[in-house]
Amino acid sequence: MNSIQKNRLKDRLFMYWGMFSTLIGLVLLVVFIGDILIDGLGIIDWSFITNLPSRKAEKAGIYTALMGSIWILFLTAFIAIPVGVAAGVYLEEYSKKNWLSGILEINISNLAGVPSIIYGLLGLEVFVRIMNLGASVLAGSLTLSLLILPIIIVATREAIKAVPKSIQDASYALGASKWQTIWHQILPASGGGILTGVILALSRAVGETAPLIVVGALAYVPFAPDNPMDEFSVLPIQIFNWISRPQHGFIENAAAAIIILLGITFIMNGIAVYFRNKWQKKWK
Amino acid sequence: MEITMEKTLDQKVVVNTIEAIDTSKPSKIEVKDVNVWYGDFQAIKGIDMEIKPNTVTAFIGPSGCGKSTFLRLFNRMNDYIDSHRMEGKIKINGKNIYKKKVNVEELRKEIGMVFQKPNPFPKSIFENVAYGLKIQGIKDKKFIEERVEKALKQADLWEEVKDKLKKSALALSGGQQQRLCIARTLAVEPSIILMDEPTSALDPISTSKIENLIFELKKKYTIIIVTHNMQQASRISDYTAFFYIGELIEYGKTKKIFTNPEKKRTENYITGRFG
Amino acid sequence: MRKIKEYLIEKLLFSSALITIAVTFGIIGVLGFEAIIFFSEVSILEFFTDTQWTPLFADKHFGILPLLTGTLLTSFIAISVALPIGLSIGIYLSEYAPKSFRKTVKPLLELLAAVPTVVYGFFALIVVTPFLQGFIPNLSGFNSLSAGIVMGIMIIPFISSLSEDALHAVPDALREASFGMGATKLQTAFKVVVPAASSGIIVSIILAISRAIGETMIVAIAAGQQPRFTLDPTVPVETITAYIVQVSLGDVQHGSIEYRTIFAAGITLFVVTFLLNTISYRIRKKYQQRYE
Repeated sequence: MNSIQKNRLKDRLFMYWGMFSTLIGLVLLVVFIGDILIDGLGIIDWSFITNLPSRKAEKAGIYTALMGSIWILFLTAFIAIPVGVAAGVYLEEYSKKNWLSGILEINISNLAGVPSIIYGLLGLEVFVRIMNLGASVLAGSLTLSLLILPIIIVATREAIKAVPKSIQDASYALGASKWQTIWHQILPASGGGILTGVILALSRAVGETAPLIVVGALAYVPFAPDNPMDEFSVLPIQIFNWISRPQHGFIENAAAAIIILLGITFIMNGIAVYFRNKWQKKWK
Repeated sequence: MEITMEKTLDQKVVVNTIEAIDTSKPSKIEVKDVNVWYGDFQAIKGIDMEIKPNTVTAFIGPSGCGKSTFLRLFNRMNDYIDSHRMEGKIKINGKNIYKKKVNVEELRKEIGMVFQKPNPFPKSIFENVAYGLKIQGIKDKKFIEERVEKALKQADLWEEVKDKLKKSALALSGGQQQRLCIARTLAVEPSIILMDEPTSALDPISTSKIENLIFELKKKYTIIIVTHNMQQASRISDYTAFFYIGELIEYGKTKKIFTNPEKKRTENYITGRFG
Repeated sequence: MRKIKEYLIEKLLFSSALITIAVTFGIIGVLGFEAIIFFSEVSILEFFTDTQWTPLFADKHFGILPLLTGTLLTSFIAISVALPIGLSIGIYLSEYAPKSFRKTVKPLLELLAAVPTVVYGFFALIVVTPFLQGFIPNLSGFNSLSAGIVMGIMIIPFISSLSEDALHAVPDALREASFGMGATKLQTAFKVVVPAASSGIIVSIILAISRAIGETMIVAIAAGQQPRFTLDPTVPVETITAYIVQVSLGDVQHGSIEYRTIFAAGITLFVVTFLLNTISYRIRKKYQQRYE
């Protein structure tokens, strides 16, 4: 075999290895979802969703945790979206290139990399203790809002960047002010991209466990929250709690709850991808 | 022990393959009824031609006429384009390069290519020129050094870079970069050199340097050059082929094409009436 | 009137942007404040040299080393899984795969990173550990090996996606030059494209490491809660993050020394990830300039 043939062989081998690597991740994902479906699908029925937590595995349901997750989802969206989008608009449209914008940028990039549990420590000290909100839905939502803020800001900036400059120029040329241009032209034009980022960020928030444990969310809550100051649990914490129990029945419960959580996460991701594709077509 | 043995074995084989390319007998190219499609679009329509050894052949024609596509057929650079489909035969010294068994990498060692924009690798000047040898598995340092020096001299770049071979190639000027790319091609001692508008991104002084170089290289190599520049084609080429919307309109001695073309369309193009 | 409105809006947007700065100050302030009190009671020397971490027991030791080795061990295993696979995927998708395949597979792979980590924890504990016990009989029920492997699977898309972006950004002219000299795709990939995209690839790896170090639920569920100064992947260990979870789940008195340990552990974690993120940011900035 001469060296060219040898190189060709290596090239081939690497190609198969690359294919294998690409597929292995996806295969594992499938295996693993399949395994969870086998473990948990039999458990899911209406009573599993509407039952309160219980000491007995077969009686236990996810009602309070699911309601907690829904509360967290909406409250976090309510807090994080306006602040995140506003900050993104400021950085992209107003901020001049100076030391402050430099610091803001490096800071946001750093925040995006801070482990989620650190946000939990921040929330515990600031919201739970200092602001005296206790281990409430509000404290949890505020904590998660800070966690997903960098994601929303970055997504907003990217979406605004993708809007053709000509739209802006046209608006200014008609005598519109800066804010009018942003409100009537830029935000609607970048809306799809922002929405994609927001949904992905919220999907992350729904799946978060660690920061909420640190903030003090409980594994056992007898009632669903009915106002922002109530104590709460969320699906991931319920799952974590069930995984930690030795009796086998709870493992099946955990698998069933995982199916519901994954369902929520994947649907949100699917919606995000749908909006992204629809929006990208608009500009291409 | 085993490793060293394999190394020497490897080197021997490689050096043999290199020596097997007989650069003293430059290659003759025959093109027979070649058609190329990109998806549904036919880019090349039934071209027949023969390119003589040790000549410079210029491909001219308006943008989008298929001359670059055609040039890239000779070293099968279009293979990587997804929607590309080719029919017909291209023979080099009697061997059809589009046969299934042909080893594309081997082929490209024999047929060098210089691109429109200088595209040195983000490596040192030395590493750029040595690249082709290294990918063949040659490890003999002295051999590589000699080849690099020779190639840089052939490309008329040696005097300018001999003291900074370890410096990044990206620090060179555009004209120097393009000569470096030519040196990189020469280092593996091909028999044919394809040039795709090699001077279009360069200033007049760099352009004339490269034209002189092409003139020198012709003695040893068969050169095909795509150019937009009529004067350039008339200055440096022996033969000229005029392409128009995928067809070969006229092909012949450069002098004849430029002074007494047979076809009206050729005349219109070279006199600047369209293009 | 219009001017005032414009002015107010700008200030409002500006203050939103400033919140991000406040968050950073908040994190540093909170961690720093509690850590300072902690270190007034526990010497920094003991913190970094003692090989036992037993703040919740009667015989208290405050050596962060066991938590640090636990964190590094699980992260190291994760990177050993994710780096070769993730980089191979990146190279395969960018240099070999047809465009349509890349377009379908990339978002699917990114789904791996969208799965909540508590789900991965379940997978590590309930599926991977029993599976590995088939080969390694003395593998404990809690161990850093399964946790690390599963964490590796989770961070594959961080490396594959970001490195694919970097590889894809390398101009085709360089590939053509290499192919034109008779190089194979593999040679072109490793000798030309990967070196040209090296900074982007390094950024992806650093971010993946940072992510692994900060990951909580997988290790809290599958690696155990026993701070142990060891590099043995088959025994239970505890990471910094898992310790914070452990304390948060328990009933620790606010203001006690036990309570402050989570902030001391937290600031250690923060400093490590902060350094990694800053390095990757610097590299990214430098690399952006090169391509613009």
